[in-house]
Amino acid sequence: MIGDIRTIMSKEFREILQVKGTMKGTSFRILIFLGIIGVFTPYQMGKEWVQSPFVLFYSLWFPFMLVSTVIADVFAGEKERHTLETLLASRLSDTAILLGKVISASLYAWGMVLGMLLVGLVTVNATHGHGKLLLYPAPVGLGSVALSLLVSLLAASLGVLVSLRASTVRQAQQTLSIGAILIIIVPMLGIQMLPNELKSRLLHSISHVDVMSAVLIAVAAVVVLDILLLAFTMSRFKRARLILD
Amino acid sequence: MTGLAIKTEGLSRDFGSARAVDSLSLDIPAGSIFGFLGPNGAGKTTTIRLLLGLLEPTGGRAEVLGFDTRTHADEIRTRSGALLEYTGLYERMSAEENLDFYGRIWRMPDADRRTRIKELLDHIGLWDRRKEVVGTWSRGMRQKLAVARALLHRPSLLFVDEPTAGLDPVASAALREDLEALAGSQGVTVFLTTHNLVEAERLCDQVGVINKGRLIAVGHPDELRARSGSLRVEVVGRNLDGKVLGLVEERPEVGSAEMRNGRMLVTMREQTSFAPIVSLMVNAGAEIEEVRKDAGSLEDVFLSMVEVER
Repeated sequence: MIGDIRTIMSKEFREILQVKGTMKGTSFRILIFLGIIGVFTPYQMGKEWVQSPFVLFYSLWFPFMLVSTVIADVFAGEKERHTLETLLASRLSDTAILLGKVISASLYAWGMVLGMLLVGLVTVNATHGHGKLLLYPAPVGLGSVALSLLVSLLAASLGVLVSLRASTVRQAQQTLSIGAILIIIVPMLGIQMLPNELKSRLLHSISHVDVMSAVLIAVAAVVVLDILLLAFTMSRFKRARLILD
Repeated sequence: MTGLAIKTEGLSRDFGSARAVDSLSLDIPAGSIFGFLGPNGAGKTTTIRLLLGLLEPTGGRAEVLGFDTRTHADEIRTRSGALLEYTGLYERMSAEENLDFYGRIWRMPDADRRTRIKELLDHIGLWDRRKEVVGTWSRGMRQKLAVARALLHRPSLLFVDEPTAGLDPVASAALREDLEALAGSQGVTVFLTTHNLVEAERLCDQVGVINKGRLIAVGHPDELRARSGSLRVEVVGRNLDGKVLGLVEERPEVGSAEMRNGRMLVTMREQTSFAPIVSLMVNAGAEIEEVRKDAGSLEDVFLSMVEVER
């Protein structure tokens, strides 16, 4: 089973990392992302990049965005390009196909976030370190690493559900884009609609929250969500249904 | 296994109120080439999907390579190769990468996989182009590669849906030879759907005709031709005019008669003697030089069967 998952993952990575059969387009995409998020933003923020828990929010948000750029293709794309039925007619189990696709999209997003954290750290040290080594505080650093992985998995499972139902890549991408926008806009609008008194109390509480406790609670919550969503996605993944779609 | 690669009993599949496959019963011996013929939408693709365990039957049962399609579909797929309606190739990947991916899926050891890929690509004349992205290839080249992919893991049973579609005549002939060799020398069972009746006639040990989900005939192409009952006769001679044609058409055993390029083509309703018709023509003043009997091609048989079903 693990060998089968790895086979699917290697194919998925090849497809994710190759645009029109070459690595050029992908390298450019990765450089743009790391340039803006890993170099430009940390350079502007300075020491705040490593000292505040701000980077934790990036680690929660970017996996959704990054996964949505690749996950739409995994089933909807295979359906659209008529490669899915041949794959389903092979000896691979449903679980191997599904997990191979979910894990590869998750690892891609997680890898990019880790790259962002690392490049950001190097940038801040190079431009604002003044000879001192600046590091992320343990709760922020470890929390970012763990949460970005878990959120990537969550986003990939959600993305697979959308991709399974969509008949074209475009349809899947549109649904995922709307979802990713809602994830940002709904909390922002919600906070804005709160009465001023409640808003200031909330901000006060957040500024005094223990980051380590918050990270642990978030990790536990996302682990539960991951398990539930992955189980639901696996229950929805049926060969016959995909063939008939 | 009982010497049968595929055995179905009353196999049926409904899609809502529509019955795509209706009580299909087939016995296909191992090592044979079975041709499945039928018009578009007759149920050929659904049958392949049922046999591969990709769809659950609504009724009846099927055993493929000794395994029940409901309970052991994974065993069937492990031992089968499939070239379905579409080539199923990853167009952003090279030919070699496509084959390598499927070789890994079938857990072929590295050395064997590499050797087999070279052997197959050499055989279809595409080894020098193995690094090219498949998306840039012609349909015929992709079809050849898809056939190679289906054969990569040396399956015991091969499902091929319209394998020569898009191939030039030379490549089609080469593929037919390959399929014959697979069945003949390697004992691979080939389940083939095709619209190319000449191909079915040349290649298949057994042919099944399906229409509206029902199997309307099964047997060797020669048997089917004989069973169809009709007999075509071509008459060459002089004075084959309208009067003679009219007399022939009036005979009850004659299905139809027409003049084409100075020759009379007569289709008899049954495989009865043509001598009385010849006498009739001679008495009417015709000078007959040649009478050629033709049992009809598989295409005629197929068309007449499908026509009767309508």
